[in-house]
This record gives sequence, structure tokens and C-alpha cells, in this order.
Amino acid sequence: MSTKIPPKKREWSWRSQAFRGVIYQLLAVGVVALGVWFLASNTLHNMQVRGIKSGFDFLGDPAGFDIGESLFPFDSASPYWNAFLVGLVNTLRVAIVGIILTTLIGTLVGIGRFSRNALVRGLCYCYVELFRNIPILLQLLMWYLLLTETLPLAMDAITFGPFFLSKGGLIFPKPLWEMGHLWGLIGLIGGAALAFVYRAWAFRRFESTGQIRSMFWVPLGLFVVTGVLGWWVGGAPSHFDFPFKGDFSIERGGALTPEFLAVLLGLTLYTAAFVAEVVRAGIQSVAQGQNEAAAALGLNPGHVMRLVTLPQALRVIIPPLTNQYLNLTKNSSLAVAIGYPDVVSIANTSLNQTGRAVEAIAIVMLVYLTTSLSTSLLMNWYNARSAIKER
Amino acid sequence: MTAHTFQPIAARRAPNKTEGPVAWIRINLFGDWITGLMTLLVGGALLWIVPQFLSWAVFRAAWLPDYEACRVDGVGACWGVVAEKYRIILFGRYPFEEQWRALLAMTLMLAMLVGSCTRAFWKPWLAPAWVVTLAVFFLLMYGDAMGLEKVETDRWGGLPLTILLASLSMMLAFPIAMVVALGRRSTMPAIRTVCTVYVELIRGVPLISVLFMASFMFPLFMPVGFSIDVLVRVVIGITLFAAAYMAEVIRGGLQAIPKGQLEAAATLGLSYWQTQRKIVLPQALAMVVPSIMNNFIGLFKDTSLVTIVSLYELTGALSIALNSDADWRPFKIEGYLFIALIYFAFCFSMSRYSIWVEKQVNKGKAR
Repeated sequence: MSTKIPPKKREWSWRSQAFRGVIYQLLAVGVVALGVWFLASNTLHNMQVRGIKSGFDFLGDPAGFDIGESLFPFDSASPYWNAFLVGLVNTLRVAIVGIILTTLIGTLVGIGRFSRNALVRGLCYCYVELFRNIPILLQLLMWYLLLTETLPLAMDAITFGPFFLSKGGLIFPKPLWEMGHLWGLIGLIGGAALAFVYRAWAFRRFESTGQIRSMFWVPLGLFVVTGVLGWWVGGAPSHFDFPFKGDFSIERGGALTPEFLAVLLGLTLYTAAFVAEVVRAGIQSVAQGQNEAAAALGLNPGHVMRLVTLPQALRVIIPPLTNQYLNLTKNSSLAVAIGYPDVVSIANTSLNQTGRAVEAIAIVMLVYLTTSLSTSLLMNWYNARSAIKER
Repeated sequence: MTAHTFQPIAARRAPNKTEGPVAWIRINLFGDWITGLMTLLVGGALLWIVPQFLSWAVFRAAWLPDYEACRVDGVGACWGVVAEKYRIILFGRYPFEEQWRALLAMTLMLAMLVGSCTRAFWKPWLAPAWVVTLAVFFLLMYGDAMGLEKVETDRWGGLPLTILLASLSMMLAFPIAMVVALGRRSTMPAIRTVCTVYVELIRGVPLISVLFMASFMFPLFMPVGFSIDVLVRVVIGITLFAAAYMAEVIRGGLQAIPKGQLEAAATLGLSYWQTQRKIVLPQALAMVVPSIMNNFIGLFKDTSLVTIVSLYELTGALSIALNSDADWRPFKIEGYLFIALIYFAFCFSMSRYSIWVEKQVNKGKAR
């Protein structure tokens, strides 16, 4: 038996993979840095030559343009940063309402694809194929045209009770803010807290005794009842700002502009077609045998859906659904085409007025990047929570 | 003993038929009371809406290019707007006398696209064939050679531009996407970071802001006195955008390759590139063809956005056809429906094709 110790492995060599890795990485980073430097220096030089000022100092200057719709007071003397804030709020407003509606419609249509009724199945199929194969921009333009051309003038508005639909948009009775509403809000928050406590208690009870308590209706009841109670304690305020037909137009009330309605309709119906496909794929991913097994164990259809099908389907549904939400938010930037003052359209106007292309586009990108990245973080957290626990 | 006479019991009813149209209707439309109710509700709504729509779109429609006829009371859709303006809608601002060139170029491109979808064309010569096709396309569209009049790219428009933007960006994006996807799975942290940042950055912003960047900021990026055609800038913008999305799709395919295959390849002594070229990519790419097809459909629809940075593809061409013509402007909705139909025809057939490809790819896996 030889006692020769094998030669010690060399730590480092010109031909080692590690060394080549370092070289490749240095090269890659160098090329990227060189590219960025090339673009940046060109930009700076060009701006100097053309006398373009740079920097974000323009945000404090008066904007000098009016914005058609805004949730808070804005006029042309307000500074640019205020205008961007209005745009941001408008983007978020249409995106959040759109996401809620698109989830509802998409889920219904997705489930409708499994209906026992052939008409419902066919209708859902046609809806999905029709709406997802036409560009969203075209759909937005069509909705806007329909809303502004085919609807009657404000004086001959279509009326459903206190709702008026016309070229001027949808006008509806607006609840007037009173202190009593604050009580209602407090009641709702208290109800949510109570529901949470109840859920935790019911869960502990289930773990220790095996008794099943309602995890949905009782918390929902708590939430609603305390909300109504709070509203009642606050004096049950129920004053509405009712719109009525004036001499020239419909006066008072809250209004949704045709631009907002067109963007909302277009985005919702377009994205819902994709959501429906996501939901369908999710439901299909759960094996039929699972349902049958659950039924054989004696679970009722509601429990089968909630305890067996849904948790597994959601695992498949959530990641692509997140993508659809992000797509909806990003597509809301197309509002610029029909004049809804979202953040892109404000940036576009500011860009034309001040010539600060770099800054305006940077703000837009920052807004969308923040929204996208924070949504993905939130959804990744949810996804990790609902993922299969592997041991 | 009384004589028992044979008393047959009454014959049972034959079981319900489960085949044939009558049975189909009974099961699918009136299976139980909920289904029956839904049939009545949905069927009633359809019976109310569909005849109204048909009457507007077909029976009461005006088909001739005569705007006076369209304005008569009681006339439905005015398809005359399409009959009158179809050349501007389809070819945009391309010079009227030269539009046969655009038509020829577009037909060539379409034939090539359809050809590439069939198995007979999946040969090594497909790539050079595409290069030749693109060269001929540019020669026909741009001219300035072989006795053809020169047509600047800012006059290109309509359907040929839509098809060019979608297919050219897709082809350019593919190699970038492949490199980025491999980079995101690299073991080298710097390369991985660069690729991840690129993908997340692009996927985090809307296409419209990338297009704004291409049209407003690109001139600032380049050295003084160096100007790039707006079409090229837009193609670069769309390519970079599409590449990020495609990279994610390809990465999904790469991830689906079991690690054991890589280890086996390493055992056989294959280098990194040999492993990727001979083992990983052939399997991964075949797996993601349907998803890439979906990407292409998305890209095809997204080309409509270049209207906003003033390139007049199909959607933009419709605006220039109608916005300046007061006689026809009231019938814009019919124009929109016409181009919606074109987009639908393209996207729907592509999605059918993608389903077919998916079946082909899965054939090998089915046991």
C-alpha cells in the first residue's frame, strides 16, 4: 500500500472554470457599463447642444393646463407634481375598480365554460374568443366612440330612476359625507376585528374538538351587523345628492365621465376574457377524482368546492392571475389614446410643454415599476403561503 | 289444478336515447330545472339581440360607397365606408399608384408566415428563406431600385406595416430572449443580475412608455448628427419589449428540463454550450412553442400601439382615412368593426394553430 499523498488540488489556475467565470462576468458587466456610459454621455451632450434643461425642478412650476377629472381640486395654477399626483390617482382608480370587476366577470365566465347548459357554455366561449383576439387599444377606441356618439345628449339622457346615462357620462346620486358615516366606518373596522377573532377561535375549537363552525357566514354577518350598528349609532345619515334635469344639463350628483367609463369597460372586458381562461385552466387542473373522493367522504358540494377544489385550483390560478392584474394596470396607460387623464397622459402633456422627455418618461416608468414590483411581492407572499407544504 | 297461463308483464320503456340531436338537446339544454331556466333566459336574450344585430349589420345595411345612402333614416350599418376607404385603411399613406407593391410585399410575407407554420417548411433552409423574404419585402416597399419609385418609411402604413412590425420584432427578439433566458439561469451572479434586471425592468413598464422612449429619447441617446429612422426606432423598442417576455417563456421551458439530464451531460464530458445546444434547448424550445405562439399573438395585437407614436399601421390608418373626411366620419364605428374583424381573423387563426402545435408537441409524451 503506497502512502503517496495525492498532489494537493490547485486552488487557482488560468484554465479553471472559476477564473473563466470571473472573466466572463467582468466582460459582461464591462459591456453593459460601456453601453450605459455611451448612451448617458450622448444624452448629456445632446441636451447641452440643443439647450434642453434637465432636472426635476420643473415639478414645482405651475402646470398651466387643466385636467378634466380629478378627485381633488386642481387648476392650471397648481404645480406639476400636483398634476402627476392627479394622474397617478386616476390610474389607480381605474385599475382598482377594473381589477375588482374583471375578477368577478372573469370568474363567472371561466366557471360558465363548465356549465351543463350548452347555451351558457357557447356564450362564454364566444365571449372569450371575441374579446381576447381584438387589440385592447381598438376596443378602448370603440367603447369611447360608442359612448360619445350613440348615446343621447344630456337633455335626453336615458334614465333609470336617479341614474342618468348620456354623452356626458353616467350621473348618479352621491351620498353626502356626514359624521355618522365615520361611525359606520368604525363599526366596519370593529366588525372586521371581531370576525378575525371569531375565526381564530373557531379554528382552535375545530382543532381541539373537531366541530365545524361556519368560517364564512358568521364572520360576514359580524362585519355587516357591526357596520350597520355603527351607522345607526351615528344617527343613520341617509342624505343623497340627487341629480336632476336642469335647464341645460343634468345638475348635481356624482358623475363618471365617458372617458373613465370607456377605459373601465374596455380594460375590464378585455382582461376578463384572459382571467376566464386562467380560471378555467385552474379548475381543470384539479383531478375529477378528487371531487368524487370528497363527495364519497360525505362533504357537501359547498365544502367540496371550498375545502378540496378551490385551494388546489387557486394554487394554479394565482400566479397567472397576478400577471393579468399587472397587465390591466399597465394597459390602463392606453387611456392616453382617448384622453382620460391618467399618469401617462399627464406625463405626455408635461413633456410637450416643458420638453423634459427624460424626466417625464422616468416618472411614468417609476410609477409603473413601483406598482408592478409591489404587486408581485404581495402576490409572491400569498403564493408562498398557499404553496404545497413539502416536507 | 288451475292452469297457469303465461302472463307477460308490461314491457319496460326503452331507455332514454343518449345519442343524436334530440338527446343532445334534452341533456344540454333541459337537463334539470336550473339548466332549463338558463336556456330560457339566455335563449330569450339571444333571440332578442341577434335579430336586431343582424338586421342592423346585414339586412338594413348600405353596401355601396355612397354616403348619401348611408344617411337615409332606417339604414343600418354603413359598409359603404369600407368599400370607399378600404385602400387607405389597408395601406395607410402609401402612395396610391404604388399600392400594388405593398400588396405584393404583404402577400409574400403572409405566404411565408403561413408556410412557416406547416411541417414541410421546418427545414434548415427556412432561416435563409426568411432573410430573402425580408429583403424582397424591403425592396418592394422602399423601392429606389430596379425602376421602383422611392417610398420613405414614414409613408408606410396599414396592414403591411402591422405584419412587418410583428414578425420582424419577433424574429429579432428570439435570439435576445434565448441569451437572456440562459443568462438568468447562469451560475455567474453578475450575468444573472444583469439579465434579471433587464427582464423585470421591461416587464414592469407598459409598452407605451417603451415606445415613447423609442420615439422621444432615442434621438438623444445617439451621437450628434446620427439620426435613425422612426420605423427602426420603433422596431428596436418593440423588440426589446418582446424579448423580455419571451425570455420568461423560454426560461419556463429551461426549468422544465430535469436536472439529471444536465448531470448526465456533464458526466459524458459535454461543455456548457454543448449541453445547452444538444440537450437542453431542443427539448425546452419544443416545449415552449405554444407559449411563444401566444406571445406572438400578443405582439401582433400590441403593434396597434404604434399609432400613438404616429406610425400609421392598421388602427392609425383608419384614423387618417376617416378623421379628415367629414362625409364619412360619422361611420367610423363600421370602420373599427372592419379592422377588428381583420385582427380577429389573424389572432383567432393563430390561436387555433397554437393549439394544434401543442398537440403535436405532446404527441411524443402521450403513452
